[in-house]
Amino acid sequence: MESLLEKIATHQEYIYIVVLMIFLGIEVIGRVPSVLHTPLMSGANAIHGVVIIGAIIVMGKAGSGNYFALALGFLAVILGTINVVGGFVVTDRMLEMFRHKKPPQQ
Amino acid sequence: MAFSFLTIIYLFASVTFILGLKLLSHPASARRGNLIAAGGMVLAIAGTIFLYKDDEGKSLGNFGWIFGGLVIGSVVGTIAARRVKMTAMPEMVSLFNGMGGACAALISIVEFNRLAHHIHRSKDIQLTDIFPSVQAYTNWTGEMLIILAGLVIGAVSFSGSVIAWGKLNGKIRDYSFKGQHLFNIGVLLVILAMSSWMIGVFENANVAVFFLILVLSLVYGVFFVLPIGGADMPVVISLLNSFTGVAAACGGFLYNNKAMLTGGILVGAAGTLLTILMCRAMNRSLINVLIGSFGATAMQGAIRQQQGNYKEISLPDAAMVLSYAHKVMIVPGYGLAVAQAQHACHELEKLLSARGVDVKYAIHPVAGRMPGHMNVLLAEADVDYEQLLEMEQANDEFPATDVVLVLGANDVVNPAAKSDTSSPIYGMPILDVELAKSCIVNKRSMKPGYAGIENELFFRPKTSMMFGDAKKVLQDLVNEIKNL
Repeated sequence: MESLLEKIATHQEYIYIVVLMIFLGIEVIGRVPSVLHTPLMSGANAIHGVVIIGAIIVMGKAGSGNYFALALGFLAVILGTINVVGGFVVTDRMLEMFRHKKPPQQ
Repeated sequence: MAFSFLTIIYLFASVTFILGLKLLSHPASARRGNLIAAGGMVLAIAGTIFLYKDDEGKSLGNFGWIFGGLVIGSVVGTIAARRVKMTAMPEMVSLFNGMGGACAALISIVEFNRLAHHIHRSKDIQLTDIFPSVQAYTNWTGEMLIILAGLVIGAVSFSGSVIAWGKLNGKIRDYSFKGQHLFNIGVLLVILAMSSWMIGVFENANVAVFFLILVLSLVYGVFFVLPIGGADMPVVISLLNSFTGVAAACGGFLYNNKAMLTGGILVGAAGTLLTILMCRAMNRSLINVLIGSFGATAMQGAIRQQQGNYKEISLPDAAMVLSYAHKVMIVPGYGLAVAQAQHACHELEKLLSARGVDVKYAIHPVAGRMPGHMNVLLAEADVDYEQLLEMEQANDEFPATDVVLVLGANDVVNPAAKSDTSSPIYGMPILDVELAKSCIVNKRSMKPGYAGIENELFFRPKTSMMFGDAKKVLQDLVNEIKNL
C-alpha cells in the first residue's frame, strides 16, 4: 500500500496530465457534427501516429550489432510513418472536397 | 541545452494536436486543423531525431535506418492515401490505424528485450554497480506494466483493424460461433493473468510468456472484430482508433515523452467520445454493438418472413415520373458510393433542376459506410451544399415530396426500424421515405443490404423497383430525360 502511494506521489505529474487530457479530449470534440465524423476519426488516427517518436527512439538507441532491435525498429518506423503521413494526407483529401464549393449562383 | 529545447518542441507539438483536433470538429476550419497538427508532428519527429538524448546524454544513432524507414513509410503512405477511392476511405483509415497499433506493439517487443537483458545480468551484479543512476530511475514493475499494456493494446488494435479492413472490402465475412463471447472473455482473462504474473514475478523475465501474451492479444483482436456486423463497423474502427491512442500514450510513459503521452491520451479520449457519438447517431449503445446482434444470427429469421410481391418500373417511365414531379428527394446510399455514381447523380439533379423540379438530397447520418461519409462523396461530385438535407429536415419534407429516388440505400430507409421490435435495426432513426407520394428504389437485385435484413418498403404499393448498377441507371435516366 505504501509503495503504491509512493508511486502515485512520484508520478503525480503524469497522472495530472492524463486526467486533464481525458477531459480536454472530450471537451475539444464535444459538439462535432456528424458530417465531420469520418474526417475527424481519420485526423485523430493520424495524431496517434505520434507513436512514431517511440519507434525513432528505439531505432536510434539500437546497438549496431543488435539486429533484433534494428529490424523491429526499422519496421516500426516504416509502419508509424505510414500511419502519420497516410493519415494526414487522406484527411486533407477528404476535407479538400468540402472546400471547393462553387459560389452560390444568383 | 539541447534537451530543454526539445521539451519546448514537444510542448509545442502537444498544443498543435489539441488545436488541430479542436479545429477539425468545425467544418470551416477542419482543413487548417489537420495541417496544424501535421506541422506539429513533423516538428516533433525532426526534433526527436536530431535533439534527443537519453539519460546518459547519448544522442541517437542509426540515422541511415531512421531516414530509410521514414522515406519508405512516407512514399507508401502518400501513394496509398492519394490512390484510395473515396468509397474505400473507411478501410483505409482502419488499415492506417492498424499500422499505428503494430508500431506500438513492436516498440514494446524491443523494449522488453532490452529490459530482459538488463534483468538477467542484474541477477549476478548489483544494478547500481553498472549504472549508478539506475536505482533512482528504474522501476521494473512500472516499466513492465507499461510495456505489456502497449503490447496488448497495440496488438489487439493491429489485428482488429486488419480484420475490419478485410471485412469492409469484402474479403472476410462475418463469423461467429456459439459461446464466442465466453471465449473472448476467457482469452482476455488469460492475458490479464499472465500479464500480472509477469509484472509481479518479473525476475524470471520469461520470454515465452511474453510472446504468448502477444499471440493471445492478436487472437483476441481477431475474434473481437469478426462477429461484428457490417453496419456497426465504423463504430469498431473508431474504438480501435482510440485503443491505438492509448497504446501510443504507453510509449509516452516509457520514454518520459509528453508529446506521445498527450497526443495518445487526447486521441484515446476524443476517440472514445466519437465512438459514443456515432453509436448515438445510429441509436445503438456501445455495449450493444460489442455484444453484437446486427450480424449473422438475427439475419436468417428476417429473410424468411418477407417474400411479397414488388413491382418494377421501366427507365422511360421513371424518367417521365421524375421530370414531371414538383419535388424530388434523392436518398443516396452505399450502392451509389460503390458504383461511383455521385457524378452521374449530380448530373441528373442538375438536369431536373433545369426543368424546374425542386431537387434535394436527404442524407442519413450514417449513409455510406461511416457517419459523414456520404457528404464527402457528394462534395467530391460538386453537389451544392445547400441541397443536402439532414435527416430531421428531410423527414419534415417527405410528406410534400412527389418522388423519392432511393439510390442503393437499404437499412436507412427500412420502416422495420420503427415498427418491428424483433428487427436488429429496431430503434435506429431512419428516413421516412414511405411518407412521400411515390418512391423509386434503385438496387442491383432484391438481395438484402448491409445489415442483412429484408426491407418491407420494397413490397409496399407506392414503391417501385428499378434494378441495375446505380451509375448505369443514372446515366440512362439522364439520356432519357434529355430525349423527352
